Amino acid sequence: MSVFKDSGHLFRLAALYAVGTLTFLGIRAFFVPRSFGQYGHYRGAAIAEIAAHPVHYAGHQACETCHADVQEMKRSGMHAQVNCEACHGPLAKHADDPSIQPAKLDTAVLCVRCHAASAARPKGFPQVAAVDHSNGLPCETCHQPHNPAIGAGGAK
Amino acid sequence: MNITRRQMLILLPAAAVAWESVLAGTPESSPNYKMTEHWWSMLIDISKCIGCGNCVRACQAENDVPDGFFRTWVERYHVTDWHLENPEVISPDGGKKGFPSVAADDNGKYFFVPKLCNQCADSPCTQVCPVGATFISPDGVVLVDQKYCLGCAYCVQACPYGCRYIHPQKKVADKCTLCYHRITKGLTTACCEACPTGARQLADLKNPKDPIHEFLRTHDVQILKPQMATGAKVFYNDLDGSVR
Repeated sequence: MSVFKDSGHLFRLAALYAVGTLTFLGIRAFFVPRSFGQYGHYRGAAIAEIAAHPVHYAGHQACETCHADVQEMKRSGMHAQVNCEACHGPLAKHADDPSIQPAKLDTAVLCVRCHAASAARPKGFPQVAAVDHSNGLPCETCHQPHNPAIGAGGAK
Repeated sequence: MNITRRQMLILLPAAAVAWESVLAGTPESSPNYKMTEHWWSMLIDISKCIGCGNCVRACQAENDVPDGFFRTWVERYHVTDWHLENPEVISPDGGKKGFPSVAADDNGKYFFVPKLCNQCADSPCTQVCPVGATFISPDGVVLVDQKYCLGCAYCVQACPYGCRYIHPQKKVADKCTLCYHRITKGLTTACCEACPTGARQLADLKNPKDPIHEFLRTHDVQILKPQMATGAKVFYNDLDGSVR
């Protein structure tokens, strides 16, 4: 103690610093979520939380487990690749509980959404000027939506 | 109950392990899904898009996207011979209600461009986040931890594609999750499920059997803003040079 006279204040400072560091580490351990840094600089548990969001579109595989007849009707037609919920809308609730009835569809809105004539659509895509085409009759008078070629798939 | 010193020494580490698992939070909700086995992307075929807006509506229904905000939207381009560099672009309500019909234009062309988060591998949006609330997951999806997000909107400014917004009620960043809650359960995204022409296809670049590999080899495929070097993973087939 002869070299560093009055060195007591250095030890007090060091002790204070150590206490401060420990306090910081303690608070940090308390506030930083457990999974932070699990995969990277983010909360790893967030991935599972996002993956747990509810599903609204059941997916066509779910539809086909019950509605095999419709799947069969679609198979040979132009709408074979159009998934059920593209027109019928999100029906996961109906898939979970079939007693929940899906809303009735309006072909007057639905068909022209894709098939109204527009130069912006790809050339080969079937398009009609709805007013001239059907003279005001609903589309399903001639076309069965699940297999739309006239005379195919049980069209009237 | 009397516990010997030996029993106590055995019990303590066991209790510590149990407490660790309590602190670690909820386990992964899809037990058969392994993040390291996937690298998600999307393929968009412009030549198949008919501009029906099904994808926009499906996205809003699946993800409760508020009105006037979009995780995906459709733009209609009108490019004339004289204005190749300045196309006329419209997207009324994100294309949610479709587009007005147009008559053929002899001097130009029309086409639709669906847009969504490009799920960039080297994204500017994840780099600017000051708190680590947005990140790319080990399976290649850029996600937002909405419990951690401050709503500072740095990421909204950083995205070169305009794919993020601040949620008007939650006041945190929101964006396309590539329907992470669906793809981890073996389903496709809501937009792909609802697309009637197959113009949008979810693709897994780590799956050697995925048809995307064959498609990328045999078609002229581009990404948006390649000069930004964002590592975008949404691939566009038949994309016109006027699209930015």
